[in-house]
Amino acid sequence: MAARADGASAPFLPRIARVRSRRRETHDTWSLALDAAGMAGEPGQFNMLYAFGIGEIPVSVSSDAAATGPLVHTIRAVGAVSEALAALRPGAALGLRGPFGTTWPLAEAAGGDLVIVAGGLGLAPLRGAIRRALAERGRYGRIAVLYGTRSPADILYRSEVERWRRLDVEVAVTVDHADQRWHGNVGVVTKLIGRAGFAAAHATAFVCGPEIMMRFTASALEAAGIAPARIHLSLERNMKCAVGQCGRCQFGGSLICRDGAVMRYDRVRPLLTIREL
Amino acid sequence: MAEREAEHSDDAAVINRAGVAALLQALVDSGHHLVGPTVRDGAIIYTDITGLTDLPQGWTDRQAGGSYRLERRGDAALFGYAATPQSWKRFLHLPTVRLWRAERTDDGFAISEAPEPARKIALIAARACDLQAIAIQDRVLQGGRYPDPGYAARRRDIFVVAVNCGSAGGTCFCVSMQTGPRVRSGFDLALTELIDGDRHEFLVEVGSPGGAALLAQLPRRRAGGDDVAAAAAVVARTAAAMGRAMPRPADVPALLRRNLEHPRWEAVADRCLSCANCTMVCPTCFCTSVEDTISLDGRTAERVQRWDSCFTMDFSHVHGGSVRASPRSRYRQWMTHKLSTWWEQFGTSGCVGCGRCITWCPVGIDITEEVAAIAASDGAGGARGTP
Amino acid sequence: MRTRSLDHLICEHPFFAGLAREYCELIGGCARNIRIDRGGYLFREGEPADQFFVIRHGHVVLEIVAPGKGPLRFLTLGPGDIAGVAWLVPPYRWVFDAQAVELTRALAIDAGCLRDKAEQNHDFGYELMKRFMTLLVQRLHAAQLQMLDVYGSPR
Repeated sequence: MAARADGASAPFLPRIARVRSRRRETHDTWSLALDAAGMAGEPGQFNMLYAFGIGEIPVSVSSDAAATGPLVHTIRAVGAVSEALAALRPGAALGLRGPFGTTWPLAEAAGGDLVIVAGGLGLAPLRGAIRRALAERGRYGRIAVLYGTRSPADILYRSEVERWRRLDVEVAVTVDHADQRWHGNVGVVTKLIGRAGFAAAHATAFVCGPEIMMRFTASALEAAGIAPARIHLSLERNMKCAVGQCGRCQFGGSLICRDGAVMRYDRVRPLLTIREL
Repeated sequence: MAEREAEHSDDAAVINRAGVAALLQALVDSGHHLVGPTVRDGAIIYTDITGLTDLPQGWTDRQAGGSYRLERRGDAALFGYAATPQSWKRFLHLPTVRLWRAERTDDGFAISEAPEPARKIALIAARACDLQAIAIQDRVLQGGRYPDPGYAARRRDIFVVAVNCGSAGGTCFCVSMQTGPRVRSGFDLALTELIDGDRHEFLVEVGSPGGAALLAQLPRRRAGGDDVAAAAAVVARTAAAMGRAMPRPADVPALLRRNLEHPRWEAVADRCLSCANCTMVCPTCFCTSVEDTISLDGRTAERVQRWDSCFTMDFSHVHGGSVRASPRSRYRQWMTHKLSTWWEQFGTSGCVGCGRCITWCPVGIDITEEVAAIAASDGAGGARGTP
Repeated sequence: MRTRSLDHLICEHPFFAGLAREYCELIGGCARNIRIDRGGYLFREGEPADQFFVIRHGHVVLEIVAPGKGPLRFLTLGPGDIAGVAWLVPPYRWVFDAQAVELTRALAIDAGCLRDKAEQNHDFGYELMKRFMTLLVQRLHAAQLQMLDVYGSPR
């Protein structure tokens, strides 16, 4: 193998990637497909993306490195850097460091049912895991994808979610608010857990979304019978270096960039309810 | 530099003031930049020095919570002071580092590393707590999967002349942290200053082959049993004069882990100014931020890494706001990190007992006192109300 | 025979899981089977809340109309769910509209009938209240989470 793909010898130095294509997902969210030779990332990991002269932010990997096709990052334009990245046109250059962090434990989930619960933009870090699970469908029992978001207009990867629905996957989408043009579910994502078909004793759950949503969801999954050690969350904290040296992403005894972002619920649960930790 | 443990061994020698001068000159001659203690602006600081005459001869410091001042000693000791305001961190984990530069090209931009050439430096008069702090930063900055190349380059070639402390500062607590006052590893040569009447000599112990080679060039005599005993007495006297003690340090990680909602955090927050002094003077605090800048013509950009502090609001910013908005949570983060979660993150304590955070806190907050207060009412602050 | 089959349907419904046979019969005595076509309403805001619905098949959405905004939908109910809680407390009037978004089959329970039976048999009433209290606490928690707008843009 040539130089380590994650750039361990020059961890602070971005490499140049190029936008292959750009797709609008919602009013403030875009997906960029990148040409980034040799740089990818497993589902659950993240890359540091740099917009020239503006800055760098962590963005989770939304593609499946095992499949052919470009590296995909989905970016919500909410700050100077994310706005600049989301505005990049095909052919434009950006800096990329990574991949960093832990992965969704798909191998551990094999043999049992897989319950994937996403909230809002939290579907983006799970997309790669869903695609991988579908590519190796036979390794899992039932697969349920439960997705809650704000309104029908905020649904990410809309056509792809429709496509998943036609495969051997139970897909349920719910929104917090809707008008009468929406005929799908309205209500919180935890409501979908009770309706989903899975054998809790052998199920593994992946959860990603705003932290409040993950706390409610993990609690509901546990109430539904999934062991806390088989519930995995993807946490978020401020990150600058991504290599465990800037100290910003500390979460108790963990560094989210190194020990996360995907972490086991039984290990983080006591800390999730400590304010301002 | 060898990491072997030194004992008062057969290769120990005794040198005098002229020997110290020769030692410094030999280091210069072998291409080292000397960084050591000198008196400047009312404090003994570590900075570039040229030789013996720069050393703080005859000075000592008086330290207490929120207070530091220099005083004359009654003798000509070269190393008769305790912890300096700033640690060696400034020379290895630099306050500001340019990580790279980027330049616009026809089809985008290109990024190139712009490393500043690493100086070959000799640390003069590093103390036991200092060496432990360097060992801790080694773990953080070059002990993981992604070593910081700049740190590793600066670190690689240092020559360490250590000094066993001959006097304890008013805020020192290295004995309770088991990090001093005697140096045990991480040095090339270790000096113990021996002053008794007209006698002014230095026991020199060897910590590495490089140290042994340098010692061989110096005017010296072989150390006798009484020299070794005199040096041991110096260290013992210092150990007995500690200004502070960390209560039951082995129990502290668990103590803090189970007291994250203790009312003491609120009490300390009432005093804490969130000024970040403690993090700046701490020899192990490593947190940084990066700044991305762009030239006015938009052609070039660069990234600079700077020391940062968990006491700033920006430190824990996630979109929407700061995770640690209250001073209570920021002080708790600093102290629990230092004494508790550092173990989980890096397999060691983050505190070496140097006392700098106590001396340089403008309101004199004392980390040992805060631990003692929490230990005294272990378990207070549960959300169950009081009877 | 018809009443007996309603008892069965009640005892088999997840909301009444574990309820004593005799209590299922008490409820069954107040129940009737209904179907509502897509677009039909189970109840409308302001009307007397004189019954509630044990959903067996199909989906119902709770909504409220604001002038100029049309119906705002905030909760979908499906098989296993109960539609309607306003019958539990005075003034017994619906606060929202409940529209079937597809063909829906349910048991409609006469609220006055059930309240009378609960008054006469407090043990039965307590069993009933425990189930409704669970439902109400779950709805309250869900409503609070929705109100927080956790997926909203941070600015």
